[in-house]
Amino acid sequence: MKILVTAKRVEDPESKIKVKPDGSGIVQEGLKYKINPFDEIGVEEGLRLVAKHQGEVVVVSIGGKEVQEQLRHALAMGAHRAVWVNHTGPVDQLGIAALLQKVVEKEQPDLVILGKQSIDDDQNQVGQYLAEFLGWGQATFASKVESMESEQEKNKVPAIVLTADKKSVQVIREVDNGLATVECQLPAVVTTDLRLNQPRYASLPGIMKAKSKPIEELTPAKLSVDVTPAIQVLKMSSPPARKAGIKVADVPALVEKLHNEAKVV
Amino acid sequence: MRVRTGTRKDEVLVKMLHGQGLYLEEHDAFRRTVRAVVEKEILPFVKEWEAREEFPRELFTRFAELGFLGLKYPVEYGGSAAGELYEAVLLEELGRCGSGGVSAGLGAQFTISTGPIHQFGTDAQKHRWLAPAIRGEKIGALGITEPDAGSDVAGLRTTARRDGDSYVLNGSKTYITNGVRADFVVLAAKTDPSAGHKGLSMVVVEKGTPGFSVGRKLDKLGWRASDTAELFFEDCRVPAENLLGGEGQGFAQIMGNFQWERLSLALGAVGAMEDMLETVLAHVKSRRAFGQSLHQFQVVRHKLAELFTARESARQLTYHALRLHVAGEWAVAQTSMAKKVATETCCRVADECLQLHGGAGYMMEYDIQRHWRDARLGPIGGGTSEVMNEIIAKQLGL
Repeated sequence: MKILVTAKRVEDPESKIKVKPDGSGIVQEGLKYKINPFDEIGVEEGLRLVAKHQGEVVVVSIGGKEVQEQLRHALAMGAHRAVWVNHTGPVDQLGIAALLQKVVEKEQPDLVILGKQSIDDDQNQVGQYLAEFLGWGQATFASKVESMESEQEKNKVPAIVLTADKKSVQVIREVDNGLATVECQLPAVVTTDLRLNQPRYASLPGIMKAKSKPIEELTPAKLSVDVTPAIQVLKMSSPPARKAGIKVADVPALVEKLHNEAKVV
Repeated sequence: MRVRTGTRKDEVLVKMLHGQGLYLEEHDAFRRTVRAVVEKEILPFVKEWEAREEFPRELFTRFAELGFLGLKYPVEYGGSAAGELYEAVLLEELGRCGSGGVSAGLGAQFTISTGPIHQFGTDAQKHRWLAPAIRGEKIGALGITEPDAGSDVAGLRTTARRDGDSYVLNGSKTYITNGVRADFVVLAAKTDPSAGHKGLSMVVVEKGTPGFSVGRKLDKLGWRASDTAELFFEDCRVPAENLLGGEGQGFAQIMGNFQWERLSLALGAVGAMEDMLETVLAHVKSRRAFGQSLHQFQVVRHKLAELFTARESARQLTYHALRLHVAGEWAVAQTSMAKKVATETCCRVADECLQLHGGAGYMMEYDIQRHWRDARLGPIGGGTSEVMNEIIAKQLGL
């Protein structure tokens, strides 16, 4: 089984994000970065699947040379090799999906696993676009029934189930009224939710081995993809600071405020 | 950090600017792993373990599983032969766990107790004690200090008298980290009591050997999650093959072992300072007084500038000594200087950070009081600051 997993570089949620005074972006100086946690879950799931069914996990990231750090992290977790699409300019979700489509056509994986969204701008679009571009089935928000303390989790049992004929995968996804199990013919695109697994640490032997694992460099030009964004970010701004609340004397006063000031009733 | 315009943005230079020139990319990757382990598997339990005055024995096996107990030891004994810099990263990050006791208990396992066995032991001895210690199955302790002598190792009174195929041990040890739980103790004893420091040897004693008893668990100001014991030896007979190296080599062995112990204390202090300063920075930004945030007061700003400067100086001196040590230099003076400066600075930083917390700093529910208590051991353990001064003076030829 060949699995392609994305590894986006995102701001570390622990670091404090500040918007530039001119609203053109965020202040990058002093920021820490890490692999998108949903992608990390994807890498873990890929490794578990390959441990059970044999095969190969290939990680892919798009960005400047700094994204090699995230690729190395995935390689240190156990991924076999990496593809780096070297691109430093602006790109939107459609561009990312188009680049990934070309990588998929080149690599021919049985399964592509992506985080359901990246924690930097929470778009939740690339997986769906990619499935559409490829004409493949998709199972988004893969989750699992068992808890993170369960035996299945401790024994690193994959939550994505390969059917007996090895032609489809079964994925559990959370929906409003419970859990839905969907079956998807391979090749397919799966996006991961938070409660799919707990990613392993990059072990020391893993870190050492990762140094010699290959990272193949590609560019949008090599993949013949025009990444000119269709979407433009006009301005970024911090959410307005929350004002202190007030106490009202009684219910009529509350209703009066809700009606006349908040205009919600 | 910003690079001056017009200067060459060389990656090595940039790393040097960050004071990180010592560590390579893979060390940074390892640091991220250790930090994640500390955050998920130690930090949430620190308060509980401190109150219980013990951390679970399973933490040793967990650390073994992660490969953390044998970073610098050979592969044939279960280590990963990755080198001392990885262990330095581990020590720094453990310093950030907020419990000196946890880092001391774990540290005693992979630094001071197994160090002499790795360096001076035979293959059989390494299989017997080093390998199970790396696997986390046996807990180790180092027994040097006695009620009447510590750094003055020539004045140690515990004796190991040769009798046929055994040594008969008599004496007592105190302030022994991991002493209560230890499965083996690497002991400094006089094989020739008349020969001063030349009569010292190192002998390994296993738990359960008749004549070896553990006294009470000592009640300490800080490092409360680690067990610290008094050990007694009364006609305790151990096989002669438990001797490390040769008779009379103990002094040189102890001095050699001290170097990494002192560096480990300095590195732990650097990590602890980072943790405290991060916490206090968040505190002064959120706490308000007289209509403004604490960090807007010049007195607080300057105080923090001083504390960060002090930490940086201590870190750089520690890294300097570490660099020399890793390069194979006998850097006794620099190591002693680093140990002294880092641990003393850590005390000062802890004290000032506690002060910046105001009344909250005095409350047991805040972490800073624990740092303050734990830091106080730094200038005492592994040789006091006064002993460090003596060593530095001696290195000056005085």
